[in-house]
Order: sequence, then C-alpha cells, then structure tokens
Amino acid sequence: MPAIEIRNVQKRYKDVHALKGVSLTIEEGEFFGLLGPNGAGKTTLISILAGLARADQGSIAVLGHDVVTDFRAARRSLGIVPQELVFDPFFTVRESLRIQSGYFGLNRNDDWIDEVMANLDLTEKADANMRALSGGMKRRVLVAQALVHRPPVIVLDEPTAGVDVELRQTLWKFISRLNREGHTIVLTTHYLEEAESLCDRLAMLRRGEVVALDRTSTLLRRFAGLQLALRFSQGVLPAGLRSLAADPNNVNGEQHSLRLNSYDDVEPILALCRAEGCAFEEIDIRKADLEDVFVQIMNGPEVIEGLA
Amino acid sequence: MIGFQTLLYKEVLRFWKVALQTVMAPVMTALLYLLIFGHAFQSRVEVYPGVAYTSFLIPGLVMMSVLQNAFSNSSSSLIQSKITGNLVFMLLPPLSHWEIFSAYTLASMVRGLMVGFGVFVVTIWFVPVSFAAPLYIVAFAILGSAILGILGLIAGIWAEKFDQLAAFQSFLIMPLTFLSGVFYSTHALPPLWREVSRLNPFFYMIDGFRYGFFGASDIDPLKSLAIVASFAVVLTILALRMLARGYKLRH
Repeated sequence: MPAIEIRNVQKRYKDVHALKGVSLTIEEGEFFGLLGPNGAGKTTLISILAGLARADQGSIAVLGHDVVTDFRAARRSLGIVPQELVFDPFFTVRESLRIQSGYFGLNRNDDWIDEVMANLDLTEKADANMRALSGGMKRRVLVAQALVHRPPVIVLDEPTAGVDVELRQTLWKFISRLNREGHTIVLTTHYLEEAESLCDRLAMLRRGEVVALDRTSTLLRRFAGLQLALRFSQGVLPAGLRSLAADPNNVNGEQHSLRLNSYDDVEPILALCRAEGCAFEEIDIRKADLEDVFVQIMNGPEVIEGLA
Repeated sequence: MIGFQTLLYKEVLRFWKVALQTVMAPVMTALLYLLIFGHAFQSRVEVYPGVAYTSFLIPGLVMMSVLQNAFSNSSSSLIQSKITGNLVFMLLPPLSHWEIFSAYTLASMVRGLMVGFGVFVVTIWFVPVSFAAPLYIVAFAILGSAILGILGLIAGIWAEKFDQLAAFQSFLIMPLTFLSGVFYSTHALPPLWREVSRLNPFFYMIDGFRYGFFGASDIDPLKSLAIVASFAVVLTILALRMLARGYKLRH
C-alpha cells in the first residue's frame, strides 16, 4: 500500500489555480522530495494532505485512509512540520509536547517525548516557555510536535528555511534515522543540495502541475549528467563533436561545453580534438547538480515527456 | 476521549496561567459596579417588595460576569490561535468537531462559573442574599455560561482579525448583557422597551437566574428556562455545523 496516494488533486483560490490536477504516489519507506519555486503549489498540496485545506477535486489517501472521509486514521498516520514558525506562548516545551500527544490520544508518552527531545537537542529547554526560545529552538519544537505520535509518514515543509548549520545536521541525522527505521519522509525544500543528498525520488512542481517525477539519480543523469568544458588555444571544435555541444548555437568559439554520457567519453573526444589539430588551454569536467536540473526543468517545456 | 480531555485541559490551563487577568480582574470590575450602582440607587429603587436594590443587583452582576467571561474565553483563545497560527496544532490531530466544540465550550463554562462564583463570594460580604430556588440558580448558570461559550466559539471562528471580534463583543454581546435587566427590572421600563427586552435572549438568563435567589422574576422561570435551553440547542447545532464544515478554519 502506498504511503501517500494523490489522485488528480485540483485546488483553486479565487483567481489562482493553485493545483491543476496533481497525481503522485509515494511508497512506504521512501525519502521523497517535493520541489518547485515559490507559488508552485507545494504548500497547498501539503495543506490538503494535512486536512488544513480541502481539494476542489481529486483525493488523497495516507496509507489507504482518505484524508477527508477517514480523517482520523489518516491524521494519526501523518506527522506534519508546518512551514510557518508557530508556537503557543502559554506553554513550556514539555507542556506543548504533552498536549500535542494528548490530541493524538496518547496519555503517557513521556519516554518518547524525552527521546525526541534528546535527539533534537531540546532536553535543556524542556521547561523553558516557548516565548523564550530562539527561532531555531522553536523550529526544533515544531519538528518534535510532529513526531509525538510516531507517525509512519512524516512531512516536512521547508524545515530548514533560515536555520543554522548545526540544527540542519541534527535534524537530518534524526530524520534519516527515522527513515531507516521505516518511516516515510516527504520533504519540501529550497536547498537543492539537501534534496539531492537525502531524497531517493523527486517530484518537481511548476504552477500547480507535476513537471518531473523520477528517481533523483535518474533525473540528474537525464538532464545534465557530465559536462566537459574545453577551451582551445588553437583550432576549432571538430565537426563530429558539434552534436554534443550543450549550447548548439555556439560551436565556433574557443570555449565549449560538451555533454558526456560517462567518463569513458573523455578520451575519445580529446583524441579527436588533437587529431584535428586543436590545442587546449583549459579542460574541466563538471558534474551537473540538482540545481542545473531544476533550472532546466523550470525553464523547459510545460511537461517533460514520459516523466509526469 | 483523551483528545477531548487534553484540549479541555489546555483551554483551562491557558486562562488559569493568566488568572489575574482572566479571573481576578472581572471580579474586581463587578465589585466596582456593585459599590457604585448600589450606593447611587439604594435609597431610590425598590425592584421587588422587601428586596434591597443592592441585593437585587448581585445576581445580575454574577450572571453578567459569567456570561461575559464565558464569551471572552473561547473567542479570545480561538482568535489568538488563528492569528498566531498555532491553531494548526489543533487542526492537524484527529480531533473531531464534537471534541473541539465540547472542549472549548466546557472551558468557557469553567471560566465563566469561576468568575461568577468569585463575584458572588466577594459581594456577599456587603449584602445578604437569599436562595429561594437553588436549582434554578444552577440551571441558569450552566446554560448561560454554555450559551456564551458557544457564542464565543462562533465569533472566534467567524472573526479573522481582532477588531472584528471586538466589534462582535462591543456591538452585540455588551449591549445584550447591559440591556438584559442586570441593573433594573424590565417592569420599570416603558411598554415598548419592555417588549424589546423580551427579544433579548440574555434577558431570560438573568431573569431566571435571579428567580433562583428571590423567588420573584419578571416572567415565569420555567418559560425562561425553555427559551434559554432552545437558544442553547440552536447555537450548538450552528457551531457544530461550522466546525464540521471547517468554516473559516479549513480552507
């Protein structure tokens, strides 16, 4: 059974068509990334998943439980870390976590609360009032609140926005551990290197539509892979290599970027250049990162063929 | 059930942590009303035969405090949670609309009755009060606090900003409580205004509550009880429907 099944979800806010029929399936145990620029519809999708908003059309199920008709079971399976840094100023950290446990029907949850606090370096602040905490500490409490009921599916909506390096590392260590223990993780983030290193699979959203959906490694390979940057001190790009140029409009200058399928392509290319009488001033092999892929997809045609 | 208990506990703890503002201050206000109005009118007004004006005033002040504080509790808790955004803590868990409704209403009742009891305890030192029909006292106190707790819930759900809630309070709740016969008997009013008073549901709460103390009232307390209970039922249905639909809470 999929951890999250999103079927043709549409949502309109007055004149904004926030989601134009999104379908996605996230399997149990996955570490899934949901990427897209601001306004792409990520948070709207998460709000519908969380029951904070209602879809105009389509449906979402969490571990087989519809988020509207079977909301109790669906919400018990979900732990959501909201994007906004919210807190209840009346309570201490421990009170907040106990109250949150109670909302999920858990009475004596202190052992787990202690463990979550220890893993998020919150133990020292357990009896501090929420108002007295720094932004980073409040963020940790938000994560802890989402985890009090040990949800099998954990959704983090930009959890590291404006957060220092230490918390990021603490957080990802803990979340990765939960993922290894079988929890499904869904992450939205603007830090693409984070998504690249953590997520097995990615969906990219643009203006309310899924424009790419694949394994992270496949996306990286398909969209940019390796590039060989060459700068000639003498000679021009051999005609046989023009089809590899990343920018086909610029094949006559001194500087070129060639697409590679693998490192094995490097030697034949260099050999061909030498045979044609070229001399090199600079040779560089660049590995495309998720940011290149992201930019390509966001600037590309409406839907990437065969992916969505 | 644990979800409901926790939400109730949280709502009670919320006002209890600032009891100086939420419990002590309203008791002080009511005491001032008693001292000022009581002193000003004592020699001039006799509402019921043999009942001093200050004695007449006490049940009205107690009930007014119950009503206003029950309303304040649910409405200000909700609007604060909405504006600061921490309402999500309650919207993300599997709490049903029944649980949310009951917890907010009961917590409001606790605060309203606590303040009412406080007002009663401090005013009783100044004026003797009788208990003609204690069951009516209890019934009207419970129903009145529940109704205002529910009204506060509805106002808190409806309002998007503090000033909208303040408008609800200043233009609806305050006039209805002040014009409900807290400070006077509606029998003393001109016929037109007496009839208008009969349209105010708060009038029946105060009048019935007062009957419990003096055994005398402007209208039959059983009739008041029926009207107040019906009002409670209507508001309950309305609030439950709003919560079930997620009106202004889930977009």
